[in-house]
Amino acid sequence: MIEVNHISKSFGKAGEVSALSNISLNIDEGQLYGLIGPDGAGKTTLFRILTTLLLPDEGFAVIDGMNVVDDYKKLRKILGYMPGRFSLYQDLSVRENLEFYASIFNTTIEVNYALIKDIYVQLEPFNNRRAGALSGGMKQKLALCCALIHKPKVLFLDEPTTGVDVVSRKEFWEMLKRLKNEGITIFVSTPYMDEASLCDKIALIQNGSILSENKPSALTASFNYSLFGVKCNQMNDCRKTLTHWKEILDAYSFGEYLHVKTTKGTIGENDIQEFLLAKGLTDIFIKDVIPTVEDCFIDLMKTKKT
Amino acid sequence: MEHKYSIVTENLTKKFGDFKAVDGISFEVNKGEIFGFLGANGAGKTTAMRMLTGLSIPTSGKAYVAGFDIYSESEKIKLNIGYMSQKFSLYQDLKVWENIEFYGGLYGMSSSQIKSTTKELLSKLEIEKESNSLVKELPLGWKQKLAFSISIMHHPKIVFLDEPTGGVDPVTRRQFWNMIYDAAAEGITIFITTHYMDEAEYCERVAIMVDGKIEALDKPFALKSRFKTDSMDDVFYRLARQAQRSDN
Repeated sequence: MIEVNHISKSFGKAGEVSALSNISLNIDEGQLYGLIGPDGAGKTTLFRILTTLLLPDEGFAVIDGMNVVDDYKKLRKILGYMPGRFSLYQDLSVRENLEFYASIFNTTIEVNYALIKDIYVQLEPFNNRRAGALSGGMKQKLALCCALIHKPKVLFLDEPTTGVDVVSRKEFWEMLKRLKNEGITIFVSTPYMDEASLCDKIALIQNGSILSENKPSALTASFNYSLFGVKCNQMNDCRKTLTHWKEILDAYSFGEYLHVKTTKGTIGENDIQEFLLAKGLTDIFIKDVIPTVEDCFIDLMKTKKT
Repeated sequence: MEHKYSIVTENLTKKFGDFKAVDGISFEVNKGEIFGFLGANGAGKTTAMRMLTGLSIPTSGKAYVAGFDIYSESEKIKLNIGYMSQKFSLYQDLKVWENIEFYGGLYGMSSSQIKSTTKELLSKLEIEKESNSLVKELPLGWKQKLAFSISIMHHPKIVFLDEPTGGVDPVTRRQFWNMIYDAAAEGITIFITTHYMDEAEYCERVAIMVDGKIEALDKPFALKSRFKTDSMDDVFYRLARQAQRSDN
């Protein structure tokens, strides 16, 4: 459905700021596809290129058989785009914003009401409120409705859950699942690693390059080290001590535990236990850990760094 | 008033019209503690933090920060705290050293103190070469680490961190937390808000605000055992979803 081919983009007078370098991705029809990476990685630049708002320096992209540069007019009819920054009309009411977006796509709210119904019912009590006076969560829902009102084939969501609390984030992903079931292809970006597992396929992006493109389960299965979860009485000392041990490739905080990375087939739980005891740490608890997308991201960032 | 606590609040309340943004919160933060302050959007975190940093006058209740009364001694409070947030921290159009000098001046440091602190700070962050760069040219992660270092350059008693790691990559996020641990080890009290639940685990104690009230306050493991779950995410979710006045 979306094919991204060797796209590069630089900014600045002499093109000295490289935002994207040689990006290639493949998104299948009906997929919920996640672009995962921190701020400044190039996510928004890629979104703007794919939504025909910015021209790439090199490479090309095709969406539903249409080129993002040559066929931009046709393409815009089938794309829905929710930018990271709230960009609806602040001085129009909820209803007016939605009517406006429907009318520029030559449709009406009624025609595609079924698609937005679940989300819109929560907004209806505020129909006459100006969009600028809505709370953050409500703005986000209105923006999603406006991006959906012309029943797009492909929906682009740029960091829809940034700065949103856990409860609203969960709700939002529930909404995305329902939209996916309607057959809409969804391309979503997020800095939250824990949202990666909710996608069918993900690309990890950092400093304008793709670190990996894979299914979440395949990515974590490719993590080729032993990983232990370690807990003890003094976590910060424990981390420092472990980082200096030559058997340890990496040791970093991960919620309640430290994650300790070692080469497969070298040391085990008992070795770590003895080492920490000898260093005077107590209340030691060690377990095997299944790597998460975040573990993979950390690993890829460190190994690909030059 | 002698304190073993860094922050004490008693029925602290802030109303906007009829709306109780903060509704009678009472808690203490120990000296040198890493204290997590969590809540859904709209729960009242920012309003509470604005009162504690002397930027907003409470409607009622009491609070002491670093031993000073937030009603009558807010200027003294400002000299004894540090503050950084994700949204605003440094001046983008000033150079790195200019930002350091500017904040050092605000905190009332002498020029010789500023000079030595600048040197120390840049070498600790390993960004000596970037001293002459504009802050806007730095990668986000560097900016956040720099902003944090500046927020504690005057050795405050408490530092308030408002979502300092939002959008930061996972490696830098952890380096940031290592810096927090080091600051706490030097005796600086850390008061931090975050949307990352793994970071709640790094706090010694965590308060969770719902509808302007503190619904839970304890060590992370105690909260988890109270809710019979092994994730803070779950604890937060169960408390926050009861909210009546959610931001949704």
